[in-house]
Amino acid sequence: MRVMAQMSMVMNLDKCIGCHTCSVTCKQVWTNRDGMEYAWFNNVETRPGLGYPRQYEDQERWKGGWVRNKRGRLKLKAGGRLKKLATIFANPTMPTIDDYYEPWTYDYDMLTNAPQTKNGPVARPKSLLTGKDMDITWSGNWDDNLGGSQETAHQDPILAHMSEHVKMEFENTFMFYLPRICEHCLNPSCVSACPSGAMYKREEDGIVLVDQDDCRGWRMCVPACPYKKVYFNHKTNKAEKCTLCYPLIEQGKPTICSETCVGRLRYLGLMLYDADRVLEAAAVENEHELLDAQRSVMLDPFDPAVIAQAKKDGIADDWIAAAQKSPIYKLISEYKVALPLHPEYRTMPMVWYIPPLSPVVDVISNSGNDGEDARTLFAAIDKLRIPVEYLAGLFTAGDTVPIEHSLKKLAAMRSYMRDINLGNEANENIARAVGMSGAEMEAMYRLLAIAKYEDRYVIPKAHVESARDLDEFACSLDTDGGPGMGGARSTGDVLATARIPGTPIDSTVESFASLKNLTDPSEPSTPGRLNLLNWNGGGISNGMFPPTAEAGGSA
Amino acid sequence: MNVVDVLLWIVFPYIAVASFVIGHLLRYRYDKFGWTSRSSQIYESKLLRWGSPMFHYGILGVFAGHVVGLLVPREWMEFFGVSEHLYHLGATWIGTVVAFVTIAGLVILLSRRGAIRRVARVTSVMDVVMYLFLAGSLVLGTIAVVQFQVLGAGYDYRGSVSPWIRSLIFFQPDAALMAGVPLMFQLHVLCSTTLFLIWPYTRLVHVLSVPIGYLFRPYVVYRSRDAHRGARAVRRGWEPSDRPVPKRPKQKQPVRPGH
Ligand code: SF4
Ligand code: SF4
Repeated sequence: MRVMAQMSMVMNLDKCIGCHTCSVTCKQVWTNRDGMEYAWFNNVETRPGLGYPRQYEDQERWKGGWVRNKRGRLKLKAGGRLKKLATIFANPTMPTIDDYYEPWTYDYDMLTNAPQTKNGPVARPKSLLTGKDMDITWSGNWDDNLGGSQETAHQDPILAHMSEHVKMEFENTFMFYLPRICEHCLNPSCVSACPSGAMYKREEDGIVLVDQDDCRGWRMCVPACPYKKVYFNHKTNKAEKCTLCYPLIEQGKPTICSETCVGRLRYLGLMLYDADRVLEAAAVENEHELLDAQRSVMLDPFDPAVIAQAKKDGIADDWIAAAQKSPIYKLISEYKVALPLHPEYRTMPMVWYIPPLSPVVDVISNSGNDGEDARTLFAAIDKLRIPVEYLAGLFTAGDTVPIEHSLKKLAAMRSYMRDINLGNEANENIARAVGMSGAEMEAMYRLLAIAKYEDRYVIPKAHVESARDLDEFACSLDTDGGPGMGGARSTGDVLATARIPGTPIDSTVESFASLKNLTDPSEPSTPGRLNLLNWNGGGISNGMFPPTAEAGGSA
Repeated sequence: MNVVDVLLWIVFPYIAVASFVIGHLLRYRYDKFGWTSRSSQIYESKLLRWGSPMFHYGILGVFAGHVVGLLVPREWMEFFGVSEHLYHLGATWIGTVVAFVTIAGLVILLSRRGAIRRVARVTSVMDVVMYLFLAGSLVLGTIAVVQFQVLGAGYDYRGSVSPWIRSLIFFQPDAALMAGVPLMFQLHVLCSTTLFLIWPYTRLVHVLSVPIGYLFRPYVVYRSRDAHRGARAVRRGWEPSDRPVPKRPKQKQPVRPGH
């Protein structure tokens, strides 16, 4: 057993309202640059739908992820190492920008500068690639809310795999949103496909990153990721991807997408896993067993043996404590309501999803029945094959049983809590029907429905004493044109500001927060005195007044 | 042997080599971020999938041919049973085919670069200069081979150009060897020498990062955050202000009057 820690995310799909706030804030932070206009580290797609990039789930075409060969070993679907090098001059499965969409802007100047004419001026779309007028025919979320999906939805790779009778009339049936970021996989095929070794998984928290100085633009990672979450910056000619906002995570703060999520549906926390068993679990023969195999790789952070080994493997005590408090552990391993996206790609993704019950509830309510009655809900889950099979295509390699379990738990929670809210007696039977106790049911309800910020995001800070000072940590993204080019300064700096007169004060939220907590600057600029500019107004601090007579001796 | 000969066949090649080596070192030291193949496959894939492998495999063949023809002395070759006649046949015919595949690939790539607007827009001045010398070297070399080896009686460059190159390598340069070489060969040599001169300042740097290591490393790469910190020097103007070392003697606590 070798214990490693992984920062992971769970999203509760029932609560996603498809507002795209997460995508927009992510874009503002990471990809609002030349060369990355088309890239969305976080995107929200309507399902059923083609997704972004179009049909990314069709691995027969893109050859993403891993396959199990006859000897039971994993092999990159796009081919082994030699084949990778042989096709390096033109990658046969590299998507072109048209598979995402051609980025554009509008000729806004026209609106203010146009000479007077009979007809009002219009701002025409201009391609950001060619500078010419263009017709907009596709974008990152073209089939939003099933718009135009009579035309396109039959190309949805999941629908294509479902049986004929189920496929029909799906558009009358259901719809939900699927927000996606990089999965920060335990067995990342992107890292494995990078010929330069520029992509890596961080030992401390499992975040998958691209070293911008080492990337040589061989673009093997782009098709190798089955989720298409590595993007090729067409200006710098290097690969870039979701960073799980590691500069924030290192400070114990949630990612931008989580922080700004309107539905508050994202959870962040640590998972401990057994690194020695990852490959074995990813290579189980039956695709339907991949879910359980991956669950079995996750370790119980309360198990004394695991704790002992984790300490031996260099995981700090506060990290172990954080793993015990992790909402992710509860949702994946305790309540078992969260499921991985496309386990059949065998990359062991670590962003999991709680499948949406709303398609089922909607059908019941629309037919005039009670959408909060446990028995009605259970019966509907058994009967409504369309959403269940579709969800199975997304989350369990087509196995409907775990989907049903998960949905039934959500349904049970719904009716169990209704009784309580209406002041009726809680019905333990409902909880027992899905193998839980009433207390567990309520705990799960609290986590899913009303959890506070600090319960949703349990993120231990990076250990700066070992990393010297995060401030000096050379970020691979802070090059010219890189997302970190501003050279964001971390909390370490606040202390510097407090200590050294003349150090520029920076105005990031982090510094502000740290400054607020800085009640006792132990080393003010003049020894023995507090610099009043750094006083937060929170009571009397050392050095604020000259030493009293008692301190000096007799009065 | 006059001054021009010395300049062209001794000074210039050494300058080119120096530029090649030092340029790469400097670029690796100061511009790792710019060290990429500058792939444009994301803009256009169909033409590239023909042109690029044709060109690249072709140019690898051309490289191999030059190693055999220029660096391996005739006597060695004969020792291994490759007679002059056999060598000549092989070099000429294989060489011509490879040259044409390479040129065809390059023609596809260059016309793609010109015709597809997206690709044209990202073509830099340095790209154009580089393509000029690259295409020039290829075309001049091919003309020389066709003119002398295929159509003509055959020119024995292994008696002049090859020893000249080896004389450079062993630091006993002999410009006289090149003085009497036919013009086409001379032009080809000059053009390619210039290509080596500008090499490190172009996208061609990607040639030096052939990822052979990929064949031998484990699939998943792990790196520690700690090991990675401070990997690069702080950029000018962004140096953190260091804490000044206090020079004055340790201050005594001020004593209130009235003691
Ligand atoms: S989801 Fe992320 S970690 Fe997984 S293969 Fe894709 S880019 Fe790599
Ligand atoms: S911000 Fe939250 S609710 Fe809105 S689309 Fe993103 S994940 Fe869904």
